[in-house]
Amino acid sequence: MTYFIARDSAALSIGAEQTADALTSAAPDADIVRTGSRGLYWLEPLVEIEHAGRRVGFGPVDAGDVDDVVHAVANGTQEQHPRFVGRIDQLLREQGQQRLTFARCGVIAPTDFDAFVQHGGTAGLRAALAQSGQATIDAVKESGLRGRGGAGFPAGIKWQTVHDTPGAEKFVVCNADEGDSGTFADRMLMEGDPFTLLEGMAIAGVATGATQGYIYLRSEYPDALQTLTEAIDVAHRHGMLGSNVLGSGYGFDIEIRLGAGAYICGEETSLLESLEGKRGLIRFKPPLPAIEGFQAKPTVLNNVITLATTPTILAHGAATYQGLGINKSCGTLTLQLAGNVARPGLYEIPFGTTLGHVINELGGGSASGRPVRTAQVGGPLGAYVPVQHFDTPIGYEELGEKHAMVGHGGVVVFDDSVDMAEQARFAMEFTDIESCGKCTPCRVGSVRAQEVISEIVAGNDRESNAELLRELMELMGQGSLCAHGGMAPAPVLSALNHFSEDFGVHAPAEVD
Amino acid sequence: MQSSFDAQNAAVRAICADHADQPTPLLPILHAVQAHLGYVPDTSIGEIAYALNQTRAEIFGVLSFYHDFRREPPKLHTLKVCRAEACQAVGGRAVWSAAASAADNGGDVDVEAVYCLGNCACAPAVQLNGHTLGRVTPERVSNLVAGGNQAEVSS
Ligand SMILES: Cc1cc2nc3c(=O)[nH]c(=O)nc-3n(C[C@H](O)[C@H](O)[C@H](O)COP(=O)(O)O)c2cc1C
Ligand code: SF4
Ligand code: FES
Repeated sequence: MTYFIARDSAALSIGAEQTADALTSAAPDADIVRTGSRGLYWLEPLVEIEHAGRRVGFGPVDAGDVDDVVHAVANGTQEQHPRFVGRIDQLLREQGQQRLTFARCGVIAPTDFDAFVQHGGTAGLRAALAQSGQATIDAVKESGLRGRGGAGFPAGIKWQTVHDTPGAEKFVVCNADEGDSGTFADRMLMEGDPFTLLEGMAIAGVATGATQGYIYLRSEYPDALQTLTEAIDVAHRHGMLGSNVLGSGYGFDIEIRLGAGAYICGEETSLLESLEGKRGLIRFKPPLPAIEGFQAKPTVLNNVITLATTPTILAHGAATYQGLGINKSCGTLTLQLAGNVARPGLYEIPFGTTLGHVINELGGGSASGRPVRTAQVGGPLGAYVPVQHFDTPIGYEELGEKHAMVGHGGVVVFDDSVDMAEQARFAMEFTDIESCGKCTPCRVGSVRAQEVISEIVAGNDRESNAELLRELMELMGQGSLCAHGGMAPAPVLSALNHFSEDFGVHAPAEVD
Repeated sequence: MQSSFDAQNAAVRAICADHADQPTPLLPILHAVQAHLGYVPDTSIGEIAYALNQTRAEIFGVLSFYHDFRREPPKLHTLKVCRAEACQAVGGRAVWSAAASAADNGGDVDVEAVYCLGNCACAPAVQLNGHTLGRVTPERVSNLVAGGNQAEVSS
């Protein structure tokens, strides 16, 4: 009998350690495997039990429920237990999930290399080592994989640029800053299946000729730091990293660098400045990081999920991945559902499902039981999408048409108790606090906007102040050097235009 | 007093030497100094500048840019409270208010605002001395700050 319980930091934050301790006492003979999370956070702490090749789950299981669960299993009455949820892989399939990037997360112990290989690990890297860099880059291009960090830029084209840029020294930098509110996929993957990220980085290195990788990890993730550090060490011992990657003679190494609490350091040029030991100020582009990145050398700079998706593409073929999704949004999106929703968690689903399906069917509607009013999609710089747009298919272009964005795939749900003027003011407070300060529209505009919103809320010259706010947003959108100031109008304008009643102003003539 | 400065400076010098082989080591050095001393004293800026062959102004500029670095000794506990949207959607604003007002009433806890701990699916979230806690309530957070729940504070 084997028990599986997550040691993922979110599961731990609601008692998984206590549950594991209780299990150790209640079933002293059982094997207890600590895994990442399956991402079904409303069922955490989730306990899975494997017996005679069958793996079934119970959740949520608090420490106090453990004895009862163990008894039910011993008596063979487990299926009648109120916490019994059946086979988790079946549940995921019923939800329409297709776990490609997250296939192993929550299934195996995060730093068990043998389990990683048994479950398909290293197949992608072996494929990359067996062919030319160009062939690997072609596969990534064919897969249609776009950057999951926010901008949605095709990964293969970026890799091609690094490949084609001459240089004795090249780098792979993983953006593990994951600053967006409502996002946790990077964290889950790093805590639950870190070898996959290391494998993806090694693939990028082999394909482009880079021999050194850096993971720029945000300091808010101490558990991820611990797991990654251990994983790099284990990967070395098993020869997946080091001077002779999987016996190929190719050398590739990875170092972790810790951020220091600055949202703007998620922006790629600011991240590079920070990695170089400077203030995280935005660099002008061009030159692109692919041409002059870390220490002015050609650098692949990708998000955690982007990199961690390349092993499955190389192992299973570009066409399999490209065949999922809609239009120019290929493959699966690792969607993160949070906020006021009954079943928050990670849903890896092909692009093209609607927001309404995700929030109401998969998420089960609001947690409070009150009507859902809006969802902010794509992080703090993403728009508040009103319920009347919930039929929009999730895709880069499709959401773009509604002035919204996929971003890193975070969806934050709000019920009808939300005050949208307050959310708009907060968006500007956040922009202000986290501005790098390099350009005036962002640095000053975000302060001014908070004042104007406060005036509107206070009832002073509402309509003319709303007009002023729109002009200010236009200026920030057009005049900011980077997307921090440039995208920040999205939450404010979507709140003002779709929820004008919260500001006490008339709705604009056309809202689409 | 002098001797404690000397001891601090010696520690900073040793940390700089440890990182000498790394490319662009300033952030790792600042993290290591803070981990060792609890904060980055102004007196260490000169040591770091000397070791990296940079100006004191450059070091100071980096130190002051990042939210994480402290220039004063910290209190006994650090409570980071998430103020971002996913937490707001389920009562995070009330959690922040409770933490902030409890901190104003004393208690050996630094209360800091953070914008997302990646624990959004178990919101509202806080992080106490590096341990993330989920589904917290204003009452629980007030207790944490007031030190009313020593078990949790020391965990
Ligand atoms: C203000 C701002 C913050 C960002 N934060 C992140 C982040 O936390 N993580 C991330 O991967 N990308 C972030 N990005 C996007 C990066 O600049 C960059 O596009 C991305 O890391 C490239 O990798 P990808 O192509 O794999 O997405 C941010 C961009 C901006 C403008
Ligand atoms: S828009 Fe804001 S964050 Fe971006 S460069 Fe300008 S000041 Fe810096
Ligand atoms: S928004 Fe609070 S933990 Fe993510």
